[in-house]
Amino acid sequence: MKEGRPRSFYVLAIFFAAYVLFLYGPMIAIYVLSFQGPQGGLTFPMNGVSTFWIAKLFQGTGIVDLGAAFRRSLLLGIIVMSVTVVLSVAAGMAFRRRFRAQSVLFYSAIASLIVPSIITSLGISLEFRIIDDLIKAHWNENFETSMGLLTSGLGAHLTWTLPFGLLIMFAIFNRFDPRLEEAARDLGATPWQAFRHVVLPIILPSVIGIGLFGFTLSWDELARSSQAIGAVNTLPLDLQGLTTTVTNPDIYALGTVISAVSFTVITLALGTIHMLNKRQAAKGSDAGKGLV
Amino acid sequence: MDMSEEVLQQASPGLIPGSGTARAVKPTRLSPSLISWLQAGPMMLVFLAFFLIPLVFVVIVSFWDYNEYQLLPAFSGRGYTDTFEGCIAQLPELCTIGKTYLKTLKLCFLVWASTLFIGFWVAYFLAFHVRSKTWQMGLSLLCTIPFWTSNVIRMIAWIPLLGRNGLVNSGLVKTGLINHPIEWLLFSEFSVVLALVHLFTFFMVVPIFNSMVRIDKSLIEAAYDAGATGFQTLVNVIIPLAKPGIVIGSIFVITIVMGDFITIGVMGGQQIAAAGKIIETRVNALQFPAAAANAVILLVITFLIISMMSRIVDIKKEL
Repeated sequence: MKEGRPRSFYVLAIFFAAYVLFLYGPMIAIYVLSFQGPQGGLTFPMNGVSTFWIAKLFQGTGIVDLGAAFRRSLLLGIIVMSVTVVLSVAAGMAFRRRFRAQSVLFYSAIASLIVPSIITSLGISLEFRIIDDLIKAHWNENFETSMGLLTSGLGAHLTWTLPFGLLIMFAIFNRFDPRLEEAARDLGATPWQAFRHVVLPIILPSVIGIGLFGFTLSWDELARSSQAIGAVNTLPLDLQGLTTTVTNPDIYALGTVISAVSFTVITLALGTIHMLNKRQAAKGSDAGKGLV
Repeated sequence: MDMSEEVLQQASPGLIPGSGTARAVKPTRLSPSLISWLQAGPMMLVFLAFFLIPLVFVVIVSFWDYNEYQLLPAFSGRGYTDTFEGCIAQLPELCTIGKTYLKTLKLCFLVWASTLFIGFWVAYFLAFHVRSKTWQMGLSLLCTIPFWTSNVIRMIAWIPLLGRNGLVNSGLVKTGLINHPIEWLLFSEFSVVLALVHLFTFFMVVPIFNSMVRIDKSLIEAAYDAGATGFQTLVNVIIPLAKPGIVIGSIFVITIVMGDFITIGVMGGQQIAAAGKIIETRVNALQFPAAAANAVILLVITFLIISMMSRIVDIKKEL
């Protein structure tokens, strides 16, 4: 059936295109500007094209110790991603049954999502300061701090990624056909086998989506890290520190490198999801589609 | 509460009785409630350790005393009295904290109105005008990808466009529309609002789109058949049915802007005061009880706004 598009379609299509341009235009501008020539400044027009600023970043002679911050952020991102995936899938499974405290968990997740990040961050930093003071007073006077990348920093990031993970799990199980799992049980599968061989393969594309959220949200996290990360900085914190002082395209080069990691992860994740979906469509069961 | 638990159960209709009986037959298995605890426990512990207990500490510390360099764990209202200093003496003039909150609310309103307008029409286009599922997926993804990239970079990205020698200014000067570069394009309230809209319209698009795709298309056809104009259909059918999404999106955007200090800092050239910025400034000055007191005030105001909005709609039903 073919019918003409109403005029409102064209108006809104232009509006949508303008929105997409608004989203991507400025980002693309700084990716381009990070390839400024050595004499280039912070704005257009380009003063030659080179990889001078990006190379400078990797030589470590530039503005930040990129290597160390890069490794720290990557390590934290990978840990946050793994923990987010495991805890979200586990909690998502729990929500398929009624259990006590499930509304406590649900409300905690939603509150963690919408309570302003600065408050969570401040709270975590106070909590760790008080723990430090207690340790100093009662056990070890020379104790430095329990605050750090993989203690308070990891916790702060998880308060941001876990709610997304849980909400994605809700979305998955809203569409999930429980009969598939029951069939597995009827055929004698243990609960673990049913999960491992039936449930997990079906939900795997969305689980990779949770991982994608886990990594990218941690990789770019700023507000919650700000007070709770301890002595060292993550890459976004370094970048934010630069915004007030920098006068040459270093900062764009750094931005481009950070974004390159994000886009690599996004492409890998979406590619894998696409591949899994295609495989499911090709090899998946035809049960329930009638006619054997 | 009853209502909410019912909703949670909708996620798995039919599963509960089945698995219950299966387990009863084999008494050697772990009990279902123990399994639930093992599954949900770890996430609960994370929220307890890094969200709920920290919040309690914020409230406790807000009533502690402090001096130039450390916390003094003794009850004191100083965090609050310092914050509201001069508020009564200066009446009817607004004191600093009053002005700051007024400014924050103003930014909040501007960002809310802009993201709602843009988000609504973007979602509308995706939900009603894009007919193929593949296109719908692709275009939604196009809107989502920036959300997975760095916020700071998306802020910095405005500098080459809006700066004194940026594209906009040089373009306008070249065409002769203006003689001198416009100063208020960058490091101003304008750039703060622009950047916030740029960053967070996503939070409006997703829930509104979700509400809109659930609208039964035959309702819209029925409205047309009954003689409603496009505008009448929009106002009387689509907007009421999309209201849950609108409210959820609004809650996201408002709470983000109320607590924001990074965008306001970077895009405002660290010159604009806001509710979140006060907390950051106090922390940097190591005045933790004052920072905590401000956090409590911000929390209370945010909570009031949310509870006002969630009267309009039952959030839990929509997730």
